[in-house]
Amino acid sequence: MEIIVCIKPVLDPDMPPAKFSVDSKTNRVIPPEGMPLVINPYDALAVEAALKIKEAKGGKITAVTLAGSFATEILRKAVAMGADEAININDPAFEDSDTFSTAFILAEVVKKIGKYDLVLCGRQAADWDNGVVGSVIAEYLNIPSVIRAKGIVVTNGKLRVERVVANGFEIYEMGLPAVVTLSSEMGQARIPTGWGIINAVKKKIPVWTCSDLGLDPVRVGKTAARNSLVKLYTFSPSRSCEMITGKDDKEAAGKLAEKIMDIKP
Amino acid sequence: MAESKHILVIGEVEREKLTSTSRELLGGARRLAGQMGGMVNLLLMGPAVSAAQEGIQYGADKVYTAQDAIFSEFNSDACTQLTGEICRKIRPMLCLFGQSDLGRDVAPRLAAKLDAGLCMDCVEIIFDAGSNRLLQTRPVFGGKAMAVMATSGDRLQVNTVRAKSIAPEEPKDERKGEVISVTDGVDASLIKVKLVESKRMETEGVKLEDAKIIVAGGGGLGGPEGFEMIGQLAKLMGGVVGATRVPVDENWVPLSMEIGQTGKIVSPDLYIAIGISGAAQHVTGIVNSKKIVAINKDPDANIFRMADVGLVADYKVAVPILIEKLKAGR
Ligand SMILES: Cc1cc2nc3c(=O)[nH]c(=O)nc-3n(C[C@H](O)[C@H](O)[C@H](O)COP(=O)(O)OP(=O)(O)OC[C@H]3O[C@@H](n4cnc5c(N)ncnc54)[C@H](O)[C@@H]3O)c2cc1C
Ligand SMILES: Nc1ncnc2c1ncn2[C@@H]1O[C@H](COP(=O)(O)O)[C@@H](O)[C@H]1O
Repeated sequence: MEIIVCIKPVLDPDMPPAKFSVDSKTNRVIPPEGMPLVINPYDALAVEAALKIKEAKGGKITAVTLAGSFATEILRKAVAMGADEAININDPAFEDSDTFSTAFILAEVVKKIGKYDLVLCGRQAADWDNGVVGSVIAEYLNIPSVIRAKGIVVTNGKLRVERVVANGFEIYEMGLPAVVTLSSEMGQARIPTGWGIINAVKKKIPVWTCSDLGLDPVRVGKTAARNSLVKLYTFSPSRSCEMITGKDDKEAAGKLAEKIMDIKP
Repeated sequence: MAESKHILVIGEVEREKLTSTSRELLGGARRLAGQMGGMVNLLLMGPAVSAAQEGIQYGADKVYTAQDAIFSEFNSDACTQLTGEICRKIRPMLCLFGQSDLGRDVAPRLAAKLDAGLCMDCVEIIFDAGSNRLLQTRPVFGGKAMAVMATSGDRLQVNTVRAKSIAPEEPKDERKGEVISVTDGVDASLIKVKLVESKRMETEGVKLEDAKIIVAGGGGLGGPEGFEMIGQLAKLMGGVVGATRVPVDENWVPLSMEIGQTGKIVSPDLYIAIGISGAAQHVTGIVNSKKIVAINKDPDANIFRMADVGLVADYKVAVPILIEKLKAGR
């Protein structure tokens, strides 16, 4: 099994809201100091899913990232987890690409890699929360896709994917190659071993540019974006909270019960 | 692609009724059509389509019904194909989906096929007549920020809309509309994925999304026993139990109970949050609740910033007293 995993570096989604701020002039997030970007948590699950398939079926895992030169560090984390190869897709022409350009570039990367059975993505990038790129890569490659997967099994050259829906799970079957996006229900991603980390430090990570991919710069980056961001602002819903107190927890809880009876519809 | 000011709503039907999200979409489409000057079209796909008249009552001018056995189960390929056909026919300026299983899957694929603009999980859509642009607002960064995205009116725009973010119109029996049956079938040779098994949990009683009272528990409940306890409280109040992601990940409760960005979006009259820290990804799913009551043993928990009434206490002490007092009444 030749598996390509798409990884996006994101701001840590668990960071406290108080640390999150936006430059209202440029409509950009101000990166909080001392908080390096992390692997999008769903993409770490995509690496995990790839490793499980490789453990069962053998094969090779290639991690790809389209972000910036700094992304090499994020790719090393995927290698430390067990990915065999990593490619950093980086070119000034790619800056400010929207989800369609991103998917277009990644689909071209997949084509250039050439041999592939599976492309794995996260269900959404925990920064812009789109949940689009995986499906669009599949469209551009004209191959099947299943989003929000919890588990993937390969048997006799066929793919079985269990996906999460609002009220349960569904199992789909399809041929290879295919695109699958991973959801949190899949479980936890593994922690790299010491050996993995040493291996990752030594790994040569090539950079592929716009011309390496033979792409017309007009088709990517800001010029190709279909929607434009006109405003970005922080949103922290807040209400004034009446704190219930009493001489002990019992009394306070009693008062809260009264309060609930008042507001109960 | 967009040569008209029409809107196409992709409707969803459950137990022969439009889903509440579909009604919300029609309400939003009706108001936008008033400003844009186009028509509201509704597409319903199913093995047999029953809710066409209801669609008209809720605001559709034209209802396209695609009746095909292939739609008896959700199939992303079939839906993408059919919505694409209808878009080519109507040439709308705006195509609206709910942020549902269907919308999450089909909207990106449709937009890719038709070179359309796309905004997922919108909470507001405005038409700016002066600049002939659509402006859509969507929560980003797990709900910590809002982004306003603009689309030029010359391009087809595909949006998914978050549940409970726009109001439906009152249904009117006297509204008139046209029902058009779509005859072009789905090309089965283009179907790439096959559903082999479906494990859906039917909710008994009121659905979380429709509940007036929700008692929700988080990681602070420590295990399934905690959920049994708050279940008693919910039952006593005629409410429904919800959860954050932690209890779902820990398998204390089923996934269908998760509330938040990646779970259900709720807007009850009363939301009681017990042992919940108030992370952005959870709070984004409850902001529209009328009243929020929080019980948490940590006085600095973020949930208190978001609540109307708060109690700092161990839930194991507080909840049994609440149950006892509410049973006794006044
Ligand atoms: C991309 C992404 C998407 C996500 N989507 C969602 C989502 O849709 N929904 C969601 O809920 N989460 C989501 N999360 C997870 C979210 O970030 C938080 O991790 C989660 O909401 C925390 O749940 P919690 O507050 O129940 O648990 P915890 O963070 O474990 O907090 C437990 C709270 O309980 C309190 N407590 C402990 N013991 C007691 C006691 N005995 N009595 C009273 N209080 C007690 C503690 O003080 C604490 O505040 C998402 C995360 C990411 C990264
Ligand atoms: N710049 C990127 N580089 C690599 N993979 C990406 C990038 N952007 C998105 N992806 C992949 O697509 C998924 C969905 O992203 P999105 O549609 O932006 O929410 C992510 O979880 C990644 O797997």
